Amino acid sequence: MKVITTKGVVKIYNPDKIPVKALDGVDLEIKEGEFTAIVGPSGSGKTTLLNVIGGLDRPDEGDVEVGGHDIDAMSDNKLIDFRKEHIGFVFQAYNLIPVLTARENVEFVMLLQNRPKKERRERAEELLRAVGLEDKMDKRPSELSGGQQQRVAVARALAPKPDFILADEPTANLDSKSTANLLDIMARLNEEEKITFIFSTHDQRVIDRARRVVTLVDGKVATDEVRG
Amino acid sequence: MLFRLAWRNIWRNKRRTAITAASILFAVFFASFMEAFQKGAWDHLISSVVNYYYGYVQVHQKGYWDEQTIDKAFPLVDSLKQLQEKAPKVQQVLPRIESFALASTGEHTSGVMVVGIDPQVEDAMTKLRSRISDGNYLKVDEEAALVAEGVAENLGLGVGDTIVLISQGYHGVNAAGKYPIKGMVNFGSPELNKQMVYLPLPVAQYFYGANGLVTSLALQIDDQDDIKPTLRALNSQLDTAAYEVMDWKDLLPDLVEAKTLDSAGNIIVYVILYLIIAFGIFGTILMMSKEREYEFGVLISIGMHRWQLGLTVWLEVIMLGLLGAVLGIVAALPVVWHFHLNPIRFSGDYAEAMEKFGFEAIFPTLFEAHIFLTQALLVFILTAILALYPIFKIRKLKPVEAMRA
Ligand SMILES: Nc1ncnc2c1ncn2[C@@H]1O[C@H](COP(=O)(O)OP(=O)(O)OP(=O)(O)O)[C@@H](O)[C@H]1O
Ligand SMILES: [Mg+2]
Repeated sequence: MKVITTKGVVKIYNPDKIPVKALDGVDLEIKEGEFTAIVGPSGSGKTTLLNVIGGLDRPDEGDVEVGGHDIDAMSDNKLIDFRKEHIGFVFQAYNLIPVLTARENVEFVMLLQNRPKKERRERAEELLRAVGLEDKMDKRPSELSGGQQQRVAVARALAPKPDFILADEPTANLDSKSTANLLDIMARLNEEEKITFIFSTHDQRVIDRARRVVTLVDGKVATDEVRG
Repeated sequence: MLFRLAWRNIWRNKRRTAITAASILFAVFFASFMEAFQKGAWDHLISSVVNYYYGYVQVHQKGYWDEQTIDKAFPLVDSLKQLQEKAPKVQQVLPRIESFALASTGEHTSGVMVVGIDPQVEDAMTKLRSRISDGNYLKVDEEAALVAEGVAENLGLGVGDTIVLISQGYHGVNAAGKYPIKGMVNFGSPELNKQMVYLPLPVAQYFYGANGLVTSLALQIDDQDDIKPTLRALNSQLDTAAYEVMDWKDLLPDLVEAKTLDSAGNIIVYVILYLIIAFGIFGTILMMSKEREYEFGVLISIGMHRWQLGLTVWLEVIMLGLLGAVLGIVAALPVVWHFHLNPIRFSGDYAEAMEKFGFEAIFPTLFEAHIFLTQALLVFILTAILALYPIFKIRKLKPVEAMRA
């Protein structure tokens, strides 16, 4: 099952001044259950690609299909609902709402979905256990380490049972131990729960854990390597 | 939940919250105090001026106030004596017959106003008795006069001397009489001091050839709030074709104008105050919106609608505004109450001038709920409007750009 298909995606920034072709004809297919790293030098278009796939930014040319939906055709409001239901996001840092506890942060999206309280609670606890934070549920982000915060972010991203999770450099601010720990959790979720992960990274240790590595150079897919 | 989120966000940056709440508090406090002081001072001044002579409400024969002549005197029938029955807020009815006369001693002549009064009720409102500087106060129907010091001085008279009065009485009859001066009164106002002569009502009526007639009824009313109901009651129950009922605003238009002018001047002060406050509040809102741009970006990315986010932030500012407004009232209440009970007392030339006119130079604050509520509401509405800014900002926010910073 394909979850993401991009065809000839072009994204140009500053079209009026000095145009920057952040994406220059990207064709990509991501299937369910993948554990894929998007890599490439700084400025190669990794973040832009993830934003376009995640419906946070619109391409100037080409098509993006997510779970069989043409997200280009959606209005801004519809796209917000679509993201809420289908896509989990993990950003580089400051993912969490500082005034909410870990549990409340995980519950937050389900709350926006009007899920019943009991379901929210149970799922939040289950997910926080899955990322190894059963003893930190009532802590606020400021009381958690960077690695713990990213694990909460993963739990939150999983809460609405999305089609896949997009993570833009999720380990960029983490030390090597936290990085390994987060990767372990992501890999386990991928293997055991069949969660699809697409993440960008600079970190060789993270790249080594990926089962598919897509390399971007100047907004183009340079290599696309699937490992056993 | 949005509510809970907003509430917790308030306590997120305690310093900023404290500063914002304090500036709102200060605005409400200062505006309330200013208004209470200004209104209170005017109320006190008006009540001093009004109770000095006129009373808050007067009843005359129709047309008397425009053309003040003894010919427009009217019979003081029992139903008029008992106006309290028609308008229960009236404390006293002061019957008067007033007109002008010539006072003379043979050598000197001087124009005076001769007023017939009921000594007892007159004193209840105007405290005439307390103005006696020499001699004694009048009794109900003795043949005697109370003379203002200026009049006595002009004529070279003292207590025990006789004053001769000549005038044209009711419908042109000759009016003449001589009365022993029983007492001397002192008015701060030079105007009154050189022309007032008081006689007991029946004596004055006899003098003017107007037995049983009066030219005006001054009504003593204690609370300014009772003026309107009294006017309404009297206008509906008296024959308005025969009588005119006027309040102090009709009687003393100059006073009304002075008050209006003063209030207009104060509006500028309020506007400046509100501008300062508005900039202060807006500054913190602006800072907060800027600081949280990244977070707003994340929230919209993960599926929060702009209106939900906007509402949360709006609620946050609104709660802050409410908090500040309530604290402002709480802070202002005891202060205004204190200066209500212990009025600010002026001293110096200004106070002396006022005291010369027989007014105390004190300025009690007006302690009324509506002052605090109005000011708190104004500041609150101001905050609510300023809180629209983040909503506007969030509407245009592009999450990708917000999170690039
Ligand atoms: N909003 C924008 N306005 C202008 N140029 C932009 C914008 N976003 C990205 N770019 C440019 O587009 C190109 C691709 O940027 P992008 O952030 O996708 O790269 P990246 O591979 O994620 O880099 P990094 O590894 O540094 O995160 C860069 O040259 C960047 O400067
Ligand atoms: Mg990037």
